[in-house]
Amino acid sequence: MARKSSATAKIVTTGFAWAMALLIFFPILWIVILSFKSEGDAIATPLTMLSAPWTTATYTEVLNRSDYFGFFWNSVILAVGSTLMALLIAIPAAWAMAFQPGPRTKDLLMWMLSTKMMPAVGVMVPMYLLFRDLGLLDTRIGLLIVLTLVNLPIVVWMLYTYFKEIPTEILEASRMDGASLRSEILYVLTPMAVPGIASTLLLNIILAWNEAFWTLRLTTVDAAPLTAFIASYSSPEGLFYAKLSAASTMAIAPIVILGWFSQKQLVRGLTFGAVK
Amino acid sequence: MGQITLSGVTKTFGATAVIPPLDLVINDGEFVVFVGPSGCGKSTLLRLIAGLEDTSAGKIMIDGADATDQPPAARKLAMVFQSYALYPHMTVRKNIAFPLKMAGMDAAEAARRVDRAAGVLNLTAYLDRKPGQLSGGQRQRVAIGRAIVREPAAFLFDEPLSNLDAALRVGMRQEISELHQTLKTTMIYVTHDQVEAMTMADKIVVLNAGRIEQVGSPLDLYRSPANVFVAGFIGSPRMNLITGEAAVQHGATTIGVRPEHLDITADGPWEGQVVLTEHLGSDTFLKVGIAGIGAVTVRGNGEDTHRPGDRLRLSPQPGKLHRFGADGRVMTA
Repeated sequence: MARKSSATAKIVTTGFAWAMALLIFFPILWIVILSFKSEGDAIATPLTMLSAPWTTATYTEVLNRSDYFGFFWNSVILAVGSTLMALLIAIPAAWAMAFQPGPRTKDLLMWMLSTKMMPAVGVMVPMYLLFRDLGLLDTRIGLLIVLTLVNLPIVVWMLYTYFKEIPTEILEASRMDGASLRSEILYVLTPMAVPGIASTLLLNIILAWNEAFWTLRLTTVDAAPLTAFIASYSSPEGLFYAKLSAASTMAIAPIVILGWFSQKQLVRGLTFGAVK
Repeated sequence: MGQITLSGVTKTFGATAVIPPLDLVINDGEFVVFVGPSGCGKSTLLRLIAGLEDTSAGKIMIDGADATDQPPAARKLAMVFQSYALYPHMTVRKNIAFPLKMAGMDAAEAARRVDRAAGVLNLTAYLDRKPGQLSGGQRQRVAIGRAIVREPAAFLFDEPLSNLDAALRVGMRQEISELHQTLKTTMIYVTHDQVEAMTMADKIVVLNAGRIEQVGSPLDLYRSPANVFVAGFIGSPRMNLITGEAAVQHGATTIGVRPEHLDITADGPWEGQVVLTEHLGSDTFLKVGIAGIGAVTVRGNGEDTHRPGDRLRLSPQPGKLHRFGADGRVMTA
């Protein structure tokens, strides 16, 4: 009896899971479909979209109108650059907190995380004024700094969790073997933490790639990444659904592909420490 | 060289003194074992010597030089950890070569030393494996290899055999002893296992609650324990410690007699009943309940035929009875 009811339960839960997955995936599917339709078909009512002819004309139009690769290149520089900068700061920071904790280490970690709880818009005006006065508006270096700082707490937290899993005795052994602090981090800690560092790196690249609040507000043209590229298609003269969809598809495609190929690493990283 | 002198070495965590001021001299080439029950401070003491913990007070001299404030790397000591602490991402060869790489030794000389150590430790066939592909005993040998290539002033072992199974433990115990005879380098070995202490040490340091209870050769400690703690700790099975009327008759608060020093005789002063027998083949241990004294253990020979319920009389061998005063210390007079 138990077997039978569990088989039914399995069908129900599987069905439910598929339904939820489709629900979450639907907007992306919709965007992709829209992007292959003409502007007229995209807004036609009643909905005749699915039967309307497929076209790649929208993509050609978008590529002609905007410098996609300029935006794409900015996104790559900002996402990868800010991630590497954050790692450079976070590895020694997480080392210190994991292996040389002081009486206030836990508070420090909480405080760092608490900065993520504050709405970004709360500091928008001072940030904007700072950027203006320092001449950082619409510069890659300015955005690199902001994205690094925005994601730093999460990077430190993730690395801290990974480092905590590394037995202290191994680091002590390296100290006995004559390793300096630099050698200890370089030759022993970092290689052992590579899986953790890799998933932190991937997650942070995704977060930085998708970051839209600061990238939209602090850039116009020169340093604008793909988020600004999408936004440029939601213009005052009206929404062009097909073009907006094509732009969105082109903006999310690289990160979806990256996420797809690294999903094993990502899932492992995100559940690290959860199951001992 | 490898002489280590501790003077007034103290370790406190907050208000708790884990190691009250302690003095100890470890001579060059000695095999010294720190032994004591869990939490007695023996590992902490080793870590203080290694430099992995800071002393709260006192001085640590290594070969005449003050090492108290030196970092671990500068002390020229090598340590073998209980968990082996191998670098999991490096091959055996790289693990063993790591301290040489850190010392900036040229690659050819380092390779030569690694090969020699691997030869001594029977690891030559495993040099290109990762630690995860080795058995416990092999891992322990890699850890020892990593320690010996540096030719340190002294080796520190922190319960290195406690993760191994019993049979392997005996084998590794002998290997470490042989290694000491070959290298003649100072070794400090921490264990809670008094059998390891007895079989390996030139000198045993018995620790209890951070204090040194007695220092001496294994046989000194066995024959003349300085106090009740050492008497009860050294020797297996442990010494029978008897209080009450039987002790008072000998003018002591506690008397101790080892199981092998109790004879079964027709006219012995203590009469009792066998409660339990344990046949080990070579020996037989009898647990005998004696009125007014309690249960004592007697070591008989392998052919002993006593059975539970048998009555017998016991007498301590002359001169083998230890007398301890009210302060727990041995009475000389």
